[in-house]
Formats: sequence, structure tokens, C-alpha cells
Amino acid sequence: MDPTHKPAAREPAVAKQTASGPIRMNFVTTIVEHAPKVEPSPSQLLDWYRQMSLIRQFEVKCAQSYQQQKVGGFCHLYVGQEAVAVGTIAATRPQDYIITAYRDHGHAIARGMEIAPLFAELYGKATGCSHGKGGSMHFFDKSKNFLGGHAIVGGHIPLAVGLGWAAKYRKEDRVVLCYFGDGAINQGSFHEALNLAGLHKLPCIFLVENNGYGMGTHIHRASAVTDLKLRTGDAYGIPGKEVDGMDCLAMYHMTRDAVEYCRAGNGSLFLEVKTYRYRGHSMSDPQKYRSKEEVGRFQEHDPIGRLEKLLRAKSIIDDAKVNALNEEIHQEVEKAHALADGAPFPPADDVWRDVYANPYPPYLKR
Amino acid sequence: MAVIQFREALNQAMCEEFDRNPDVFLMGEEVAEYDGAYKVSQGMLAKYGPMRVVDTPISECGFAGLGIGAAMVGMRPIIEFMTFSFSLVAFDQVVNNAPKMLNMSGGQINVPIVFRGISGPGQQLAATHSWSVEALYAHVPGLKVVVPTTPYDAKGLLKTAIRDDDPVIFLENEALYGNKGEVPDEEYLIPFGQADIKREGTDCTVIAWGQGCLAALAAAEELHKDHGINVEVIDPRTLRPLDLPAIIKSVKKTGYCVTVETGYPTCGIGAELAALVHEHCFEDLDNHVIRVASLDVPIPYSKPLLHHVVPNATRVADAIKKAIYFNG
Repeated sequence: MDPTHKPAAREPAVAKQTASGPIRMNFVTTIVEHAPKVEPSPSQLLDWYRQMSLIRQFEVKCAQSYQQQKVGGFCHLYVGQEAVAVGTIAATRPQDYIITAYRDHGHAIARGMEIAPLFAELYGKATGCSHGKGGSMHFFDKSKNFLGGHAIVGGHIPLAVGLGWAAKYRKEDRVVLCYFGDGAINQGSFHEALNLAGLHKLPCIFLVENNGYGMGTHIHRASAVTDLKLRTGDAYGIPGKEVDGMDCLAMYHMTRDAVEYCRAGNGSLFLEVKTYRYRGHSMSDPQKYRSKEEVGRFQEHDPIGRLEKLLRAKSIIDDAKVNALNEEIHQEVEKAHALADGAPFPPADDVWRDVYANPYPPYLKR
Repeated sequence: MAVIQFREALNQAMCEEFDRNPDVFLMGEEVAEYDGAYKVSQGMLAKYGPMRVVDTPISECGFAGLGIGAAMVGMRPIIEFMTFSFSLVAFDQVVNNAPKMLNMSGGQINVPIVFRGISGPGQQLAATHSWSVEALYAHVPGLKVVVPTTPYDAKGLLKTAIRDDDPVIFLENEALYGNKGEVPDEEYLIPFGQADIKREGTDCTVIAWGQGCLAALAAAEELHKDHGINVEVIDPRTLRPLDLPAIIKSVKKTGYCVTVETGYPTCGIGAELAALVHEHCFEDLDNHVIRVASLDVPIPYSKPLLHHVVPNATRVADAIKKAIYFNG
């Protein structure tokens, strides 16, 4: 494991100026100017703690359901990365577009999707958020501007540029938050997309959740340059910044700055988020490429634990409240799971639904 | 009725739809300042400005994906591939993101986008630049595949494509751009899935589109003049959706069927049509379906070799004669 890849000490994310070059320097000062730091309220902090705990319990239930073969296909869990989705989405507004890759459960929940349709989607049920056509990797909720859930690595990054293009074209006050993993960084689609976003100064935040591994291949075996924030500034005029992804507050502050930066018409940004997944790449990953000790090291900096410590220090929660909250979430997860488990599978004729938006001649059903 | 070139018909279609809906924009390589690599978008930058007529870097995957993303939130992009041979660089975007979004989002997000540009063997461009992509794209549920043959079809079908709520592959041909034809002065649209009988006849049905359709019409003319054979040429105009009832009706009338395409025979559109005709007209056929296609080799550069590989009127005429057992 890369010794430099470990959670940074808690400090304001914008204070550390390690980057060089005029573009990146400019970035650091510009975005600080754009968004004066506003500390979240106790109720916001508590809400984030709840959301992160909900994601974790949801994922733990997913793992159980997968082992019981209720979930098919590939299932990529978000455990360990919860602070990223929660901290970033907390800094967006409802009209901002969210688009992500296949490890999409956390983002969907952070965006406020109900969890019963998510369980139902995992179980291939008619009541799933995508009517059982997408599964784990394809959660969608257009009403919440949550635009997927995309499974081809890097394939959705050009889509994010198109969302930014639409916002700019229509002069709408929206930004795009596009998530992907470090494995996507070496796809051509990433580079083509960032070039276009840089060229047209589109309001897009490209956020790499660098968990150190593209499936089982460590970033040092995949990337010629592993300091990812350096890979877009000089190349595409998109400044980059590194953030501690195990720190929900750092994620929130950085994203808030980034959203303001994009809204002001400055163009796109690239955020390298250092995070870690505790589970395998997918449910079928034996994880022979890393040690238990390595996983343990990161678990010591658990994002939920860190936020909990802060909440306790601020006397927002105590043991009783933590227990009550976790029990409440447990009940919510169990109820949603049961609802999805009991829901019907789609009827066979449903395969003909949503192939085309405009009617298709019936004689071609074959 | 005005007589205009094929490329002008496309230009008119785009301009009319630009005027009708501000969400329509054109994006591609050299579409703006260069006025279009084949002058299809001539004058559009001057008329509509750089937000609606947009030059791109040579980055097909990037700008095809950009178009799809914009379409996901209701814009109506027209993405021009300088040639569909270059669309293969964007294949994942075209065959995954565009056609499957509606389905995989449970019907929440449709992708109203048009991918247009030339397809088919051009003037000695050799194998990588000479793709006839209709079979590749017609294979994909969720896509629609349109191939106009005349200026009239080009205009009416492109307007329909821009208004359609699904992703449309709109295949043009370099050899057709300069062809002239009558186009009505008033507005019209041509619905998808409606074949056009390009020439009525009783002796043999030929199914052909685009460049192949012109070869078929030339062959039909020659056979009529030389031998009094009356060939019916049916142009599906859209390969997906396909006007199967019109094809069945024609074949039931003539009892013979030939397909023509510039694509390859193996797993080609002709193979699909032959299967459908055999399935639906078996008892009406007096011979099996005969396919005319490019020879099953990479398209060569050398002119005589190119002409040997790509179907022409003589090969179509020979196939028709063979189909109807004509030995004259």
C-alpha cells in the first residue's frame, strides 16, 4: 500500500497549498473567496451522521442479501466511503445534477432516495427504482436530479459534460457533480470529457473517489502519475485539489467552495478524494491483493466514527442517542428490505416496456 | 416544388428544426467555422451562432457522450460524425449510453439525440474509412436506424429524427450529397417505419436503401429497357423500425426477392431481411432470397478492386436475373 495514501490529519481542506503552477494556485485562492466557510449547524451534523449510518446499515444488509442470493449480478458496496457522498451532496442544491459510476448506493441514499425502491431494485423487483432493469449499478431518480448509476468504467464522464453543457446553454443555475473511481482515470473517455469541459468552461465538478484500487489493481500498478490532482490542471485547464475523503466536514467545505466556484462561471474543477473501501471491489472479491492490517489501519479513521467523536465533543449526541439512532435506522432498513422482499417480480411482458420512448410497431416484438 | 441537392435538404431540415425548437443544436468536427466537412451545415454558424453550431475537437467519444448527457435533460442534440467510420471510436456511447438509458432508468430518462453523418464506401478511402454501419447499429435494441435515399426522404426523415424521443442513427452517403430531387415548399415529415416503393413492378421485389437503392433503380431500369422485366424497388427508409408489412406485401405480389446493401453479407441487413421474408412469405416464394452485398473482405483502396467489392447496378441486375430464373 502506498504509504502516502492515508487519511490526512484533520485540518481545513483548503489551507494546505502543496500544488504548484499558476492555475492551481489561482484555484486555491479563488474558491476560498467564493465561499466563506460556514460551519454546519448541529442539526446538519446530526443529519449527516444519520445518513452515513443509514448507508452503512443499508450496505451491510445488501451483503447479507447477496449471500442469500437475493441480489444478483455485481454488487459494489460503499462501506468506508460514506463521508464522500454525504459530505459532497450536502453541499449541493436540489437543482444540481448528480451522476456517478456503479458504486452508487451511497450517492443515491445521500441524494434522498427512499431505500425500499433501492432494495427492490437490487432484488430485481417491479417496485425497484429502475423497475428491475438496472440492478445495483443503475440506480436513477430523475425527480431528484440523480442521473445514475453507470456501469461502464468512465463511460458516464462525457455524460456529465453534456449535463454541464445543457446548464450553460440554457443559462440555468446548476452545477454537475460527477463521481468516479481511480480506475476510471486512465480511460480515454475521462480525458476526452475533461478536455471538453475545460474547453467550454462548463460548471462540472469531477470527483475521483480514490480508494487506492481499480478492482484489485493498486493505483501504482495502473497510473504513471499517481498524484491524480496533477493530471487535469496543466492538461485541460481544470484545477485540482486533494481532499480527505474520510472526513465528512472536509468534503462538505470543499464541495461548497467548488459549487460556488462553478456557479460563478469559472469553469470546471477536479477533486481528488482520498478514501478507502473496507469491502472488496464487489461482493465476489476475495481481496488477495491487500492485507487485513491495511484495512484495519483505515478503519481506525472510520468516517462515521470521526463524525461521531465530533458530535459527542459538541454534546450533540451521547450513548443513549447513538443507540437509539442506530436502532431506528436498523428498523428502517429491515422494514424497507421486507417491503422489497415481498414485492412482486415484474411480469414477463415488462421486457417490452421502456425500450423506446416513442411507440414501436407491434409486429417487431420478437 | 423546388429541386434541391440532398445536402441542402438536410440543411433545410436542420434549420427548420432549429427555428422550431431552441433546444436543438448541432455539434461535430468542422460543422461550424469550416461550414461542414461536406457542406451540410453551410451557413448555419452565421445564422445561429457558436452555442448552437459547435465545432468539436477530434474526440468522438467525448462529444458523442456530451450530446447524450445533454439529451438526458431534454435537449435535442444533432451530433455529426464526419463519417460513421469514426463513430466506432465512440461505440460505447452510441450502443450503451444512448439506447439503454431509458430502459435501465426504468423509463425515467429518454435520450432524444440524432447521430448523423456519412456511412458506406466512399471514393477510395480504404478499409477503416469505408464502413457501412447499418448492420452494427440496427443490431441494438433502443436505437433507430434511418437511411434516406432521396433529398425528399432526407429532409422529411431528418425532421422526424430530430423530433423523435429516442436515439436515431441517421446514415447519409457522400455519393448522394450532390444528387438533386424535388422537395415540397411546405413543411412535411416522414414517419419512421414506412417503406417507400421507389419503383413499382410485378416481377421481382428488390429491397434496397441509400447508395444500394440507386444501384437497384439503375438495374431495374436496365432490365426493363433490355428485357421488359418489371422490377419493384422497395426502400425501407428506416431499417429499425422496419416496415415489414410493406415488404411482405411486395414479395407476396412478385414471388421473388433480392436484397442490396453496401455492408457485408455475414450477419448483414440482407441476412436479416432474407430470414424475415422466408419466415413470412415462404409459400409465396418461387425462389430463395438472393443477397447482394459488398464482398466479405476489407474494403480495398485500389479503384478496380473497390469496384469489384462494392455492389453496382450490374451485380444487382445479375442477381435479379438469377432470382427469377431469367437466362436472356
